[in-house]
Amino acid sequence: MKDLEYYKIERAQQWREELRKNLKAKDRTSLDRCQMVEQDPMQRNTNFSEVNLGISEEIAYNESRRCLDCADPTCIDGCPVNINIPKFIKKIELKDFLGAAAILKETNTLPAVCGRVCPQEKQCENSCFYTVKLAKPPVAIGFLERFAADYERNSGKISIPEVSKSNRLKVASVGSGPAGLAWAADMARIGYDVTVFEALHEIGGVLKYGIPEFRLPNEIIDFEIENLKKMGVKFRPNFIVGKTKHFDDLRNEGFKAFFVGSGAGLPNFMNIPGENSINILSSNEYLTRINLMGAIRNVNSDTPAPNGKVVAVIGGGNTAMDSVRTAKRLGAERAIIVYRRSREEMPARIEEVHHAIEEGIEFLNLHNPIEYIADEKGFVKKMILQKMELGEPDSSGRRKPVPIQGVTETIDVDVVVVAVGVSPNPLVPSVLENLEVTKWGTIVVNENMQSSIEDVFAGGDIVRGGATVILAMGDGRKAAEGMNKYIQEKFAEKK
Amino acid sequence: MNKIISKENLSEKVTKLVIDAPEIAQTRKPGHFVIVRVENNGERIPLTIADSDTHNGTITLIIQEVGVTSAKLIALNQGDSVLDIVGPLGKATNIHKIGTVLCAGGGVGIAPLFPIVKGYKEAGNRVITVLAARNKDLLILENEIRHYSDEVIIMTDDGSYGQKGLVTVGLELVMQREPVAEAIVIGPAIMMKFAALTTKKYNVPTQASLNTIMVDGTGMCGACRVTVGGETKFVCVDGPEFDANLVDFDQMLQRLSAYKDDETVHFHEYQTCKTHK
Repeated sequence: MKDLEYYKIERAQQWREELRKNLKAKDRTSLDRCQMVEQDPMQRNTNFSEVNLGISEEIAYNESRRCLDCADPTCIDGCPVNINIPKFIKKIELKDFLGAAAILKETNTLPAVCGRVCPQEKQCENSCFYTVKLAKPPVAIGFLERFAADYERNSGKISIPEVSKSNRLKVASVGSGPAGLAWAADMARIGYDVTVFEALHEIGGVLKYGIPEFRLPNEIIDFEIENLKKMGVKFRPNFIVGKTKHFDDLRNEGFKAFFVGSGAGLPNFMNIPGENSINILSSNEYLTRINLMGAIRNVNSDTPAPNGKVVAVIGGGNTAMDSVRTAKRLGAERAIIVYRRSREEMPARIEEVHHAIEEGIEFLNLHNPIEYIADEKGFVKKMILQKMELGEPDSSGRRKPVPIQGVTETIDVDVVVVAVGVSPNPLVPSVLENLEVTKWGTIVVNENMQSSIEDVFAGGDIVRGGATVILAMGDGRKAAEGMNKYIQEKFAEKK
Repeated sequence: MNKIISKENLSEKVTKLVIDAPEIAQTRKPGHFVIVRVENNGERIPLTIADSDTHNGTITLIIQEVGVTSAKLIALNQGDSVLDIVGPLGKATNIHKIGTVLCAGGGVGIAPLFPIVKGYKEAGNRVITVLAARNKDLLILENEIRHYSDEVIIMTDDGSYGQKGLVTVGLELVMQREPVAEAIVIGPAIMMKFAALTTKKYNVPTQASLNTIMVDGTGMCGACRVTVGGETKFVCVDGPEFDANLVDFDQMLQRLSAYKDDETVHFHEYQTCKTHK
């Protein structure tokens, strides 16, 4: 929850008042929003280096001057982890860049990650005064967040969040994705003995296997994980809670509570004829082979992945964009998005769609696959697409795509990536008796992120069914607060 | 890191490794598998756990050299370590006391069959096992299987040991002669397909344990999907055992060849490199 009193006191500090006096609000609002420096589209679509190159100190400073340091900072309402946004931006205006990074880290474990992958246009920047009241481009909060985090990382002067004296109470996270990492940081800060279990051989969950390096380089995730290790967090890869050891075994080893952040691991398929043909894969499989296992892009990798001239990606979300842009980078002559609704209804971030267009991605909107045709060896060769048109709005408020009867199109394809969403991973729910789950398989939690089993908390996609990195992190933080309260009360009872 | 405690060659291309993995040794049951990654840049491959020793904290893996990863794994020696092992994965075999159980293993499929034979016997069943191999030299685990079977029938393609013929001959022999409560078959997809057709004639409920391509092994990727009774299933989390008469083995066979060309080239490169070293 946003603590207004606290922000007011902070805002009343002398340095903030002086900065506000330095430049009139009118002059601030007359400044133009900065532009992200990007790798050239036709160059970047052949490599896996980052698309966004970041902004310079000068650009960051100029952008920070646009922020009005509002009395009621509505931007904070838009942030799932309630970063003190005006304060960190004003630190940039002071040119205290390390100070800005420290503010970010008060509430956000992974600022360099969030500065890159958060949908700021739907969150903080969408509730910025500029957007709401002035109908002008918002302060580039996301670019500034990334700037401050990168500045700190590159400076070598890393501030490790203060950790309270150990209370020797063991707690564990099931999963090392954004929810688990955010939870771990908060629990470590309070003084818990924190272990993070991960099923894969690498830490980071979807940040590693899912999001490609051209959006989020692995070294940035590894850097953040190193910081968590310095805070005392222990990581156990290759360990599946409920399989390698059961919850009861871990309880017997002294673990007081668990945070389940196991994600929405199960890929959805469309169950249409021919979908099990070779070279039709889930986006999870495609991205895991290439991102996590290094298939094709690392010559030393033993893992294969399908590579073809025509790659079609089914879906309109961020994962679909990640997949199609990956295919282009691996040399596809045609990398095509096939989506049943129109361009406007695509759930992907605007920036990602924009980047994809620049990179030469083709879009077949209002098309929906209904059948795949394979050759005699079982390899997919063609896909039959049903043409669609927009009808009345559906429950999501978007106009519902309806088939245009009898109008289809057949196109040649070599590889098809199915990115039509994921379902919760059933592994944890299946080993916990009495755990309440919804009919979609997500774990039911109360306002403290506590499940129907008192020592099991949960958050992220296993609760939401499919959301964003930052919402998962927000859940992790809330669960840490709830779990701390639960353990303290339980511990007090015993005394 | 998991240390190799002992290594034994069972046949020309099949090797047995006993590996330190105390947590997995403790919780694994017949039917479970692990995902193994030999080294950095290595592939993740599924391998069924053939046996375990809870006292020494080890699991036994039996590996047939079929490609780069399996070749790298069996090139390791006692004292070396395997980089990553995760498990136990999949659903355990539903072992119960039911009467006469017919177990059939073909080739290296005899390895994953072994813990199931052992499990059924220990549960108090009468266990008849049919082992099939191309020839005598390729037959593995005969003594271990004999120890837990009431009867063992051996079939070889060339007749160099046991009876000459395919696994189906051995299965028919038993089913013609006496009632069988259930059967389980493990081996190459083509062998399981025909074994299932054979047991179907005698209305014997039959399970097949499938070994498909996998990446994560926890339901995340869907590489292992198969069609069972017209529905898509994931071998890693829904299996690895399914009703053998409902599995679309032809599709499974095709899907197993997804990366065959890539792998052939890669394996050739690996072997060339190795000889030049």
